[in-house]
Formats: sequence, C-alpha cells, structure tokens
Amino acid sequence: MEEHTHKKYWQRNLKYLALLLLIWFIVSYGCGILFADQLNEINFIGFPLGFWFAQQGSIYVFVILIFIYVRLMNKLDHEFDVDEI
Amino acid sequence: MSIQIWSYIIVGLSFALYIGIAIWARAGTTKEFYVAGGGVHPVLNGMATAADWMSAASFLSMAGLISFMGYDGSQYLMGWTGGYVLLALMLAPYLRKFGQFTVPDFIGERYYTQTARIVAVVCALFVSFTYVVGQMKGVGVAFSRFLDVDFGTGVLIGSGIVFFYAVLGGMKGITYTQVAQFCVLIFAFTIPAIFVSIQMVNNPIPQLGMGGNLADGTAMLAKLNQLSTDLGFHEYTSGNKPRIDLFCVTAALMLGTAGLPHVIVRFFTVPKVKDARKSAGWALLFIAILYTTAPAVAVFARTNLITSIDNVPYDNVPSWFKSWETTGLLAFEDKNGDGKIQYYNDSNSDFVNSIADSKGWQGNELVTFDQDIVVLASPEIANLPAWVIALVVAGGLAAALSTAAGLLLVISTSISHDLLKKWLIPKISEKNELRAARISIAVAVVVAGYAGYNPPDYVAAIVAFAFGLAASSFFPAIIMGIFDKRMNMQGAIAGMIIGLIFTASYIIYFKFGGGTPDQYFLQISPEGIGTVGMIINWTVSMIISRLTPPPPSDVQEMVESIRIPRGATGPSLH
Repeated sequence: MEEHTHKKYWQRNLKYLALLLLIWFIVSYGCGILFADQLNEINFIGFPLGFWFAQQGSIYVFVILIFIYVRLMNKLDHEFDVDEI
Repeated sequence: MSIQIWSYIIVGLSFALYIGIAIWARAGTTKEFYVAGGGVHPVLNGMATAADWMSAASFLSMAGLISFMGYDGSQYLMGWTGGYVLLALMLAPYLRKFGQFTVPDFIGERYYTQTARIVAVVCALFVSFTYVVGQMKGVGVAFSRFLDVDFGTGVLIGSGIVFFYAVLGGMKGITYTQVAQFCVLIFAFTIPAIFVSIQMVNNPIPQLGMGGNLADGTAMLAKLNQLSTDLGFHEYTSGNKPRIDLFCVTAALMLGTAGLPHVIVRFFTVPKVKDARKSAGWALLFIAILYTTAPAVAVFARTNLITSIDNVPYDNVPSWFKSWETTGLLAFEDKNGDGKIQYYNDSNSDFVNSIADSKGWQGNELVTFDQDIVVLASPEIANLPAWVIALVVAGGLAAALSTAAGLLLVISTSISHDLLKKWLIPKISEKNELRAARISIAVAVVVAGYAGYNPPDYVAAIVAFAFGLAASSFFPAIIMGIFDKRMNMQGAIAGMIIGLIFTASYIIYFKFGGGTPDQYFLQISPEGIGTVGMIINWTVSMIISRLTPPPPSDVQEMVESIRIPRGATGPSLH
C-alpha cells in the first residue's frame, strides 16, 4: 500500500517538473534565443521583446517558477502525508 | 573627503563586521564546520548562497562584458540564473534528504564504489581550485587600485581575512559572514545604478530605466543602437554570434551551475527538505537583483562612454579617462594625428571602407579598453559622490571574498572528509578530522593566495573548463542517480569519463592547442561544448546501464527513500 502511494506521489512530482521545466525552456531558450528575432519586432515597455526576455523576463520567470514549485510540493507532500514532521 | 579616505573607512568597517561575525560563529564540531550544523534559516541560506555564487566576475566583469556584447551577453544572464531552477526542482531537495556532506558522498554511495567517489573528488578539487585562483586575483586588483597598496599586499590582506574566518568558523562562520557580504555587495551594486538611472532617464528603477526615454525624448535603447551602428558595431539589442552557439553556451552555464560543488553543498546546510527547495528560490531571488540590474548598468555605461569620449579632443577628456590610463587598462593612440579620440569597430571592413576611410580615420584609437573598467568607472563617469565609488570597492571585495571562502571550504572538505575520512583513514576521530579540515583550509588559502599573486595566464580559459566539466560530468551523474533507479555504476562511470574526456579535449584543443574558430563543431565554441558533453554522457550512461546488471537492492531502496521528504535527518557522521 505504502509503495503504491509513493509511486503516485512520485508521478505527480514528475508531472509538475515536466510542466515547470517546459515553461523554463520556453521563456529562456524559446523567447530569449530561438524566437528572439521575431519577438524583437514587438515593443514591450521600451524594449524589443526578444531582447527583454533574454536580459530581464526569463530571470523573473525563473524566480517565480521556483516559488510555484515550492507551493505545489508543499501541498503535495501534505496530501500524500509524506511531509516532514 | 577623497575617494581614498572614503574607501579606507567603508572597506575597514565592512571587514570589522566580517571578523566580528566570525568570532561569534565559531565552529565546534565537524557538522558545524562542514554544513553549519544543518540549521541555517532558508532566507539567510539564500543570501549566503547568493553571495557565494556572485563572485568578483559577476560583480566587476559581467556588466562590462554585456556592455561590449549587447544581446549576446544574455548567455551569462540566463546561463548563471537558469541553473537555479534545475537545482531547486531536480537536485536540492533530494540531496538534502540524502543527508550527507558532499557531492562525492552522494556519487560514492549511489554508485556503490570508491572509484566513482574518487573521480568526483578530483573533479571537485580541480573545479574549486581553478575558480578560487581567479577570486584571489580579483581581491588583489581591487585592493591595489583603490587602497593604493601594491598587488601582492592586496592579495596578502585578502588571504589573511579569508584565512581568519574560514579556519575559525568553517561553514558556520562562512555562512553568516556571507549574509553580511551579500548585503554589502548588493547595496554597492544597485545604489550607483539607481543614481545613474535617475540621471539619464529619470527613473529610479534601473530595470525599467534601460527601456525608458532620455531627456531629449529619444528611447534609450534606440539611441544606443544608433550610436553602435554609427561606429560600425552591431546593433546593441540584436546578436552577432550564431544562435546555436548562444544556445549551447547558455545551456552549458546552466547545467554547470547546477553541477558546481560549492553551490550544491549549500543545500545541505538547511534543516529540512522543504527548506532546501525554498532556499534555492530565495537564493535566485537575491541573485536576480544583481543579474537584472547588470544589463541596465551595461546599457547606461555603454551610452555614457561613447558619448563622453567619441571624437572628443584628447586634451578635453574627462578626468576619469586620464586616471584609468595610468593603470594601463585604458590606452589611447592618436593614429591619424588629429588630436581627437576615434573609437569605432575597425574589424568591420564594410564600415572601414565606406565611412571610416572617408573621414580620415586610421584605426580604432582606443587601443586598450579593458571591460572590467565599466563597473568600477561608471560611478565616476556619471560624476557620483566619492562615497558611492568607495562603496563599489567594498562591494567588489565582498563579492570576491565570499566566493573565495565558499570554494576554500569545498576544497578542505574534499580533503579532510572525502579523501581522509572516507578513503585513507576511516578511523580518524572527529577531533582530528576537524583539525585536518582546518589545516587543509589553511594550506589551500596559502596556495590559492600564491597562485592568485602569480596567476597563470590561462585563468579565463579555465572558467570554460570549470563549467564544461561540471556540466558534462557531475550534472548528469547526479540527475540520473535520482531520476533513473536503473542507472548503475558501470553506466555512470563510463558516462562521466567519456563526457569528461570529450569536453576536456575539445577545450584543450581550442584554448591551448591552436584550434581556430572556423574549425568549431557546428559553430559551437569551447564555452558551450559542455552541453554536447552532457548529451554524450547521458547517452553513453543509458546504453551501458541497460546492458549491465541493475544496481543492488539497497541502492535502489536508497533512491526510493530520497524521493520522499519524510524522515530527513541531519547529516550523519557514519
């Protein structure tokens, strides 16, 4: 039984990881590098958008992603009763 | 008061603070010495990690590099921050649950062999040592420039301070000192940026100011693009290097960050798995303050520099120009004899043929222009008060000292814990282990100080090594150790060795073996090759591990247990 819940817990964790890392990849490698030229056509608060993602936006998103992960995992730990006592 | 006197006062006060903290936070046990007793609050640990991470290079060189590279400099901004997402999501919580002291501990136990541990120790020592040499040099440069002592004395004073609090306090002393150093360095970096931003675009937030409008109504970035193309440089906001290289360098820096031992060890110092995740978030938040300000500093400094010196008669240059000339980091040579400074891109042949020749320019006349000047000189260029400039000096020293101390601790831990306790003399008593740790840190300070005083001229090339090797060896081995239960000793060792050899030989060939950029594999520079090395490592490990027996059941159970937060204990001493 315990093994079964652990397995489910781990799969949910992996799902969160996949989602957050996808965003991580899109903002930095996607918006900041691969599609930067196209996005540069757009002006965002005075910046060409691709340049903004590469030098500002991706960093803000990185910080937010970690705190979202912390929240998700705290909830998940609690739900599966595996949090530290 | 002069800059000199202000520097003595501010640097003196900050040092008194560091020493005071070191005496207060003396370490009594190996646990306190290695991981600060495992009881550091996540916010404080975040600050300490940030100070540990942001070196003299981040503080002094990065903004300068970006101001010369423009968009291409984004590789450092994203590369040195994005790795923390990987750390927080894929490494920190599991390594904290694992609950020992070092990265080689993990590698050694997960791959159930002394060989893997030794490979890891050697890598950790190599990476940390090359890194620390650069920091000691940074300390020497900062002291000699502003306190008017010679370079050697500067290195000596810096080594003395680090020696004092690292030997006395170990990780505990270092952590609390780094919290103070973080405050000093972040204050020192942002204050001048805020001043300059208000001055140029009338916006107190530099991150927004770099996208603002100048007093005459033109947009800041448009103006800088114009200034750059007028002088034959590429547009500031668009890149010049191949995208695939930018991609690979960014990835190598991210993966390397997540694999650097002095960063990982930080997450062993917090009380709980929960705190390890949170702590990585705080660390990145504190790092982001500097990393989002740096591109603004770069934009302001670049604009200010071009407008204040280009085509200005040499007799009328601002005073900061003359004072930096005496250091040799800035040099002017009047090639066409017109008495004015012509600063432009003379390697752009289109520009030289069409514009420069017709104006009678005969080459870029700023023959030396060290990018490290940018951060140090930008308060002077913007005419800020003397105390602000002194603050920048204290900040640069804080950055260099905090990183040096963190690295020296990894070195001493590797020697006393991984080599002596876990390999050569397993029966060593705790008291002797602590003594060995103190002696090895002392020896490491002396050796690093000496190497910093006579730096080998390949220090810069070695940074590519540190990240490339961390990315192609540690990172995949740890990740697969956590996420792939089937990964075994044979797969991991083969992957590490092949990844390492591939990456190292590529770097050696291009950095020391006379390779030229047109021979790059897929246009990827040595800085970015760690990404390819990582992929090779991963592929090799996967294949070999599937062809060899699975790891023993107790190792598989250990992997199961580190995936679940409950039951985390402090680092044990077994």
